[in-house]
Amino acid sequence: MEGSVAELRETFKSGRTRSVAWRKNQLKALLDLVNENEESIFKALHQDLGKDPVESYRDEVGVIQKSVSYSLSCLDKWVAPKKGELPLLFFPAKGQVLPEPLGVVLIFSSWNFPITLTLDPLIGAISAGNTVLLKPSELAPASLSFLIETIPLYLDNKAIKVIGGGADVGERLLKLKWDKIFFTGSPRVGRLVMTAAARYLTPVTLELGGKCPAIMDALSSPSKTKVAAKRIVGGKWGPCTGQACIAIDYLLVEDKIASTLIELLKKTIKRFYGENIKDLKSISRIVNKHQLQRLHNFLKDPHVAASVVYGGSVNEEKLVIEPTILLDPPLDSEIMTEEIFGPLLPIITLKNIEESIEFINSKPNPLVIYAFTEDETFKKRILSETSSGAVTFNDSMVQFLSDTLPFGGVGQSGFGRYHGKYSFDTFSHEKAVMHRAFFPELEPRYPPWNDFKLRFLKLAYRFDYFGIILLLIGLKRS
Amino acid sequence: MASEMKEKEVFDSESAKELVKELRASFVAGKTKSYEWRRTQLKAMLKMMEENEPQIVAALRDDLSKPELESSIYEIAMLKNSCRLALKEMKHWMMPEKAKTSLTTFPSSAEIVSEPFGVVLVISAWNYPFLLSLDPVVGAIAAGNAIVLKPSEIAPATASLLAKLVSNYLDSSCIKVVEGAVPETSALLEQKWDKIFYTGNGRIARIVMAAAAKHLTPVLLELGGKSPVIVDSGINLQVATRRIIAGKWGCNNGQACISPDYVITTKDFALKLVDSFKCELERFYGKNLLESKDLSRIVNSNHFARLLKLLDEDKVSIKIVHGGERDKTNLKIAPTILLDVPQDSLIMNEEIFGPLLPIILVDKVEDSFDVINSSGTKPLAAYLFTNNKKLKEKFVATVSAGGLVVNDTAVHLAEHTLPFGGVGDSGMGAYHGKFSFDAFSHKKAVLYRGFACDAFMRYPPYTSGKLRLLQALLGGSILGIIRALLGWSKA
Repeated sequence: MEGSVAELRETFKSGRTRSVAWRKNQLKALLDLVNENEESIFKALHQDLGKDPVESYRDEVGVIQKSVSYSLSCLDKWVAPKKGELPLLFFPAKGQVLPEPLGVVLIFSSWNFPITLTLDPLIGAISAGNTVLLKPSELAPASLSFLIETIPLYLDNKAIKVIGGGADVGERLLKLKWDKIFFTGSPRVGRLVMTAAARYLTPVTLELGGKCPAIMDALSSPSKTKVAAKRIVGGKWGPCTGQACIAIDYLLVEDKIASTLIELLKKTIKRFYGENIKDLKSISRIVNKHQLQRLHNFLKDPHVAASVVYGGSVNEEKLVIEPTILLDPPLDSEIMTEEIFGPLLPIITLKNIEESIEFINSKPNPLVIYAFTEDETFKKRILSETSSGAVTFNDSMVQFLSDTLPFGGVGQSGFGRYHGKYSFDTFSHEKAVMHRAFFPELEPRYPPWNDFKLRFLKLAYRFDYFGIILLLIGLKRS
Repeated sequence: MASEMKEKEVFDSESAKELVKELRASFVAGKTKSYEWRRTQLKAMLKMMEENEPQIVAALRDDLSKPELESSIYEIAMLKNSCRLALKEMKHWMMPEKAKTSLTTFPSSAEIVSEPFGVVLVISAWNYPFLLSLDPVVGAIAAGNAIVLKPSEIAPATASLLAKLVSNYLDSSCIKVVEGAVPETSALLEQKWDKIFYTGNGRIARIVMAAAAKHLTPVLLELGGKSPVIVDSGINLQVATRRIIAGKWGCNNGQACISPDYVITTKDFALKLVDSFKCELERFYGKNLLESKDLSRIVNSNHFARLLKLLDEDKVSIKIVHGGERDKTNLKIAPTILLDVPQDSLIMNEEIFGPLLPIILVDKVEDSFDVINSSGTKPLAAYLFTNNKKLKEKFVATVSAGGLVVNDTAVHLAEHTLPFGGVGDSGMGAYHGKFSFDAFSHKKAVLYRGFACDAFMRYPPYTSGKLRLLQALLGGSILGIIRALLGWSKA
């Protein structure tokens, strides 16, 4: 392992990864990798998580294709120095901000979107000119094998490497010095990563999770409500059956419209995924026994079990839990205090939908807040009175697809961001560069100090050019 | 009277917890969010400086024997500029930034909204104790946060003055100063902050970041390093020398994070350079450098002893070509130049942070880059004096540092359109100007969608037709979408 990392450092030192041509070649090769292996990727994701090819395309393959294409089209612009405007005082001078790669970076990704969460940060790291070690999760073994076998066939082996293994490998990696660590996963492991990074003052980006709430306000027409219901169902069970950092965790709705909404959700679930657990289709499964038991345990609490109004069946052997809706489980139950990360949707009823703001604020900052509402005042209140990585109005999940919006958390949901140019920035150091000329010289910069020089400098710092002139011709008093 | 006879309370973990609780309540109540509150605080800070300049200068003289001009200009005037810039631009900075949306999320609109992190901790350093305490605070206020400031105990007069002035001029329900040393700082670091801004050295920075990790608190670290100056031949030697002196001894007598730490020049040019230094140093500071009032002293006896250790190492002390005098009583060390210092000496392996300037010799000026890169660490700043265009280009392309300046030293930190911060061992994150506002803001992504044009291919039951449509949609091409809709498969 240390040998691989040393090789990555050598490669970076050689300067090869800095050339824009190298970066573009690697990105093109990555696009080829994905285009030419779609079927294998679908197969691996189906094996690891039971994902349907359409879901795999929508959430993984398509996302990477889009991200690579976007980065390729923008790279020349991103690497160009940005001009800094300098004041007359420094004339003649030139200021600029030059992005440069950080060096050797480590990317940890999680099991739920094993292709996207590995390759999307990789796009940023390559665009910025770094060498990279990828450490995908061993809990999605088919995807991990795919990456280990395929990446060396397409990408520069000496600059981009993949390593398998579990927590022990992760620990050993964290003992080494990196120029940046990018981590997607749980807050618990995020803390360990940051603590390890502190030893070397390595900057980190932590993409964590949280309980992402959806607020459902009364909408002006039944057709809009139907669309909202589809988007809620699509935002809960669509992404990896709820095992996603941006999946809807729980739903807040006014008690008046709760039962209509629940009926609508049930109908939508049946239409999308099937009538019962035996006939489930177009939906992922739970990744492994450990996660299944964790989710099953939520339902074992009798008060929680009593609140199930739809679904609830568990097939331990097939690692399947059917889409389940709960109505008002106790607020202090685990299902309402822990991130669910699975196909259970608690619905909490409120007397007035505005109470949702207080409810959300009583919990740690989530990665995203979804709000289905047409009330502009309510939208403004949500924006200014809550804090989250992002807010999406009247839809779910789609903010993930934007190349122009930063994707990241705040508070317990993490810090740092990526997607689009933010990916490039997150793996870059923005170096300030100032060019000065030898003339003219400003004598008052230099000692010995006297009152004149003090007055001059005070005026200079205020960019009070007129005052400087007056001082110089002897007209200005202090 | 009663308050004077009150015992000084111990500031421990409990006190720190209570403090954070109080500030969080103020923040949650929305006190710091309004534009008016931020504006009032910044104006009060300006007033504070206008009404207390002599006291601030006196405190800096007590703590560092800092010459009045350095205090007035490099601490007070710089801070005033920060406040004025924030007052002028804040409304603009606070506005949401529109983001473009693509066909993939059509129809939609998007923006990025800046919001304060919440309750932030600013820990500052002793060398520019006034500026480095309040400059980050300006950014934190502009961004709408509640703040605890922990000034360095190594500059105690300034720390006390800050505590007094902040409580008299600023809103003490939202901005507080905690004085103290290691125990108080540790108590503060145990708490959960929404952001920590630390200026200081790498050793403490590791402790700060590890403490922040427990709460997943983002940090901004402004550290230091050995900032090199490469001096080429064929330049205006007098101007170059003066600018190096201004950045070295003119900045708190070398005790500044962006002070030139050491010089690299060619064997052929070295003696001319040394002569020029001798000449200009005398012109600036007089014949008796140890007694010049225009030089700060060494901050305390610990650092004095540290610097003497660097200077008195056998293989180094024989290389002194100018200076070397010391005055223990007054904690003064004369500007000292050392020529051809061995790279394995102590002085070349730690940040000097003092009035000693080693000169490293190379055969060709291009070899300087190897010297800098071989150190394995990235400094906060790097400087080059040359008229050679190719050398400038190579410098900018290959030297990695927080910031670079060609043909001058230190001035880049006065330029608010350039981000000021380190990389690698010299730190992470940047500030000054709008970068300060951004450093203390969470940039929240907001996407507005409508109900029309619901993309049915997003939803199950999944079919190959939906797959084709999604491929077209994510590909972002209208033609592709039309083709898919008409049932023509992709080639």
